[in-house]
Amino acid sequence: MNDLRTPLARAKGLGSAKEGVGHWWSQRLSSLLMMPLVLWFGFSLASLPQASHAALVEWISSPSVTVALVLLILTVFYHAQQGLQVVIEDYVATRWQRTAAIIAVSFLCLLLAVIGVIAVLRIALGG
Amino acid sequence: MAEFTLPANSVVKQGKTFKADSGAKNIKRFIVYRYDPDSGDNPRTDTYEVDMDKCGPMVLDALLKIKGEMDASLSLRRSCREGICGSCSMNIDGENTLACTKAIDEIKGDVKVYPLPHQPIVKDLVSDLTNFYAQYASVEPWMKADSATPPDRERLQSKADRAKLDGLYECILCACCSTSCPSYWWNSDRYLGPAALLNAYRWIVDSRDEASGERLDELEDPFKLYRCHTIMNCTTVCPKGLNPAKAIAETKKLLVQRRM
Repeated sequence: MNDLRTPLARAKGLGSAKEGVGHWWSQRLSSLLMMPLVLWFGFSLASLPQASHAALVEWISSPSVTVALVLLILTVFYHAQQGLQVVIEDYVATRWQRTAAIIAVSFLCLLLAVIGVIAVLRIALGG
Repeated sequence: MAEFTLPANSVVKQGKTFKADSGAKNIKRFIVYRYDPDSGDNPRTDTYEVDMDKCGPMVLDALLKIKGEMDASLSLRRSCREGICGSCSMNIDGENTLACTKAIDEIKGDVKVYPLPHQPIVKDLVSDLTNFYAQYASVEPWMKADSATPPDRERLQSKADRAKLDGLYECILCACCSTSCPSYWWNSDRYLGPAALLNAYRWIVDSRDEASGERLDELEDPFKLYRCHTIMNCTTVCPKGLNPAKAIAETKKLLVQRRM
């Protein structure tokens, strides 16, 4: 080995990032919020009399459904970004690949969230 | 990226078989991992047929019988042979444990004996725990207090506060927990692992310690602490019956608690 640092120097590394609790806590909070939202979403879709285009548009346009759908979309993609970041940190060891993958996933989640919210709003506000 | 196949020189080959004496009636087969990094040969598994009528009840008894009577080239660590030194930790029958407290008759069929997973091998069952010990040292496992020690007595602790250390102070640093943790396998260069984190928590909750805040500061890191995903292998395998996963969960709770 060419690394002549002591084992303790290696174990301490660059020290603590002094963050992580925010990420951990918001991941728990977003899953808490998703529990009722996902249940509501599933049951609502299942209980729509017929899933015709007109029926769905009407359903989405009702104010409470619009609000819940926007909340659901934001929470799902926020939570997905946080969870995927953890998975990438676990399994992608090469530094540049890890960083690139985290950035790509974050941007993708942001894009998908915006697309979802705009779609709901366009229907709700008759765009 | 993750690698899913072993490099050619790491593939474990089939090794030699050491037969028991012809008169032996009660034979148990021990399949033991053998590797000598200096030899340039691949790792292999040697098979030893042990006469159980002339062997003690624990896996360590069998390994010492093998080393003493069948194959002196087998290397392993052991010291106290009663579960308090933590030297003979290894992977037996697929689970990390202490060879000295693992009864042979608990194991059905052949007894597979491997070193602790995912650590460099010094030889055979002796793994290199340098990083593990350094990580333990990095959590500064000693009492830190700015208040002077009372001149006429020890630092006092209530019985209730002392009870908080039960289930923590008993850790013998055998490394069964950390080396059973997948998160530790993938990221042990930065993740401290359950043993070091349990010992960090042991000082965080010690009522006499005055550095709990700094200790939490040091742990708050996506890798040092938050690689723990509550997989619970640590708690499953701990030969002392401790619960490192709970200690880590309590540490995470304290980190949330102090910001609200």
